[in-house]
Amino acid sequence: MTETLTIGKALNLGLRKAMEDDAKVVLMGEDIGKLGGVFRITDGLQKDFGEARVVDTPLAEAGILGTAVGLAMRGYRPVCEIQFDGFVFPAYNQIVTQVAKIHARSRGKLPMPIVIRIPFGGGIGAVEHHSESPEAYFAHTAGLKVVAVSTPADAYWGIQQAIAAPDPVVFLEPKRRYWEKGAVDSAATPDPLFGSRVVRGGDDVTVLAYGPMVKTALQAAEAAAEEGRSLEVIDLRTISPLDLDPVFDSVRRTGRCVVVHEAPVTLGLGAEIAARVTETCFHSLEAPVLRVGGYDTPYPPSKLEEEYLPDLDRVLDAVDRSLGF
Amino acid sequence: MTALQQTTEVVDPVPGADAPHLPGQPDLVQLLTPEGERVEHPDYPLDVSDEELRGLYRDLALVRRWDVEATALQRQGELGIWASLLGQEAAQVGAGRALAPDDMAFPTYREHGVAWTRGVDPLHVISLFRGVDQGGWDPVARAFNLYTVVIGAQTLHATGYAMGLQRDGAESAALAFLGDGATSQGEVNEAMIWAATFAAPVVFFCQNNQYAISVPIERQSRVPLFQRAAGFGFPGVRVDGNDVLAVLAVTRAALAAAREGSGPTFIEAFTYRMGAHTTSDDPTRYRLASELEEWKLRDPIARLKAHLSRTGIADADFFASVDAEGDELAARIRQGTLEMPDPAGTEIFDHVYAEQTPELARQREEFVAYHASFEGDQQ
Repeated sequence: MTETLTIGKALNLGLRKAMEDDAKVVLMGEDIGKLGGVFRITDGLQKDFGEARVVDTPLAEAGILGTAVGLAMRGYRPVCEIQFDGFVFPAYNQIVTQVAKIHARSRGKLPMPIVIRIPFGGGIGAVEHHSESPEAYFAHTAGLKVVAVSTPADAYWGIQQAIAAPDPVVFLEPKRRYWEKGAVDSAATPDPLFGSRVVRGGDDVTVLAYGPMVKTALQAAEAAAEEGRSLEVIDLRTISPLDLDPVFDSVRRTGRCVVVHEAPVTLGLGAEIAARVTETCFHSLEAPVLRVGGYDTPYPPSKLEEEYLPDLDRVLDAVDRSLGF
Repeated sequence: MTALQQTTEVVDPVPGADAPHLPGQPDLVQLLTPEGERVEHPDYPLDVSDEELRGLYRDLALVRRWDVEATALQRQGELGIWASLLGQEAAQVGAGRALAPDDMAFPTYREHGVAWTRGVDPLHVISLFRGVDQGGWDPVARAFNLYTVVIGAQTLHATGYAMGLQRDGAESAALAFLGDGATSQGEVNEAMIWAATFAAPVVFFCQNNQYAISVPIERQSRVPLFQRAAGFGFPGVRVDGNDVLAVLAVTRAALAAAREGSGPTFIEAFTYRMGAHTTSDDPTRYRLASELEEWKLRDPIARLKAHLSRTGIADADFFASVDAEGDELAARIRQGTLEMPDPAGTEIFDHVYAEQTPELARQREEFVAYHASFEGDQQ
């Protein structure tokens, strides 16, 4: 059955489906019960599934992740909501030293099927710590998997796939796109969670994005088409592990590659992707891999965030520079 | 007095005691005096058979023998490091023997005595300190989690596990081990908040061995640790950690209360780390020899031996047989350590994920190919 849903509503329905399918799924987070979450992603779930399965937790992020570890050891599948990206750091110790390492430490005897939902990225006019893109910290940590969704369909299926996955998954939700609408076919066969996808074909330059920047890249491709330039846009979808085979195929044809993310460029995902594209497609490249991202500054006050965040024009500027080589 | 002097002033953690590091106040639960005399406590009756008493002695003696052998192995270069439990045997054996088979224990990295009571093969602990693995035992089968090295992190795991027990309707409890230093960690305080809020069936067992490596308890707390529990809303009790009977009784009571739905308890086992923090440490830089001498008078094994001898519950033959068993254990540990194979290099890739990633599979292949490229080379 196909419905038109927002990303937020698709996540809500995906969580509901996962909870119906598996009684071991437990949602944990701050304000997720009665309130339904500050973004209402868990709206109505506590009413229907009860307080033991949708837990309004104390205000302690390390506590959320640390108790999730214990619940996972007991056979539960905790889905932890971090209210905003910048608030994940109190839980960072548990995520990096415990959640990520327990499977390896126990040589597989203690699986950690924990999902860490994080609304991430800027563009909503928020105060400090509400607009960050911390994905590289997690992608750098062995034992975690990291994905970012960009469409309602991926949100609906992705959250279910992440919950069903046997490994810990950092599930990044593009908060400024929560209200974007799209078709969701609940009878469809979803694409695998850990795969990238070509979302617009093109011949001149390959543009890579994930999460909130996919829409920006598609808008850039639309604008470029009006000038006769054909951009191929790939939604990476999975950040760790990376699925770069579609990227390599694309770059071998276009010879040019631009990576777009909101996170600061230095040692961001773009750096790793540039290295791998260069290693694998060296003889096909007509230009160096270029990165468009946030500056190496703290995320700015919101009056300046439009200057900080990549937008259509900065993507096109990078496309021009790539084509200028 | 300046503000700086005030904030660094050492606070006596045991109000009323002449020597602040020695127990001696009415709050301390004790069932066996340092001289080995059995005493009663109104809140903690303990019915223990002669056979159980001999069993506890055997546990204490064998665990210490294991510890001595491991320290020797480290000194001989066979272990990278060893965290000795010397002096804390009674706290660990007493707590471990209080556990029911289905209870789950969450150790730090020093709970070798608890490991012993859970049937963990000493070699599976030794392998961690030899650098072979991160702990070789099965944490599920032994109901004894792997060691957690980041201080205090496991208290949250125990609390979450206890929340799982609640959801399962299981009549079991979790036992979280921690040290005095860990009580300063934010995560430990979060664990106690969660445990209290959800009335989780978890017991926090804090071995106050007086030092966090070099830093004395006065730098961690201005009140006796067990009193902190009141602020979280659950009972706290201080027990003589060198009295295996008192530890057994207090921990049994706390676990029973947790299983019955009465929520958490904080136990402060007042004890002393008679050895170094680890074999890399030099305690002579931060504590006086006289302090150690005073604590030797409170040795947890000597007092039980005195009790067993005085009452005739055990005789010289029994002690000799335990000594002989200890020597056999030590020989087995030594031989097992020396014969322990190094792990295969590819193991580092094999359990990072439950579902292997293509990138890690590629790195594994590269690793194998790289090492294979040296095959046939002249050394």
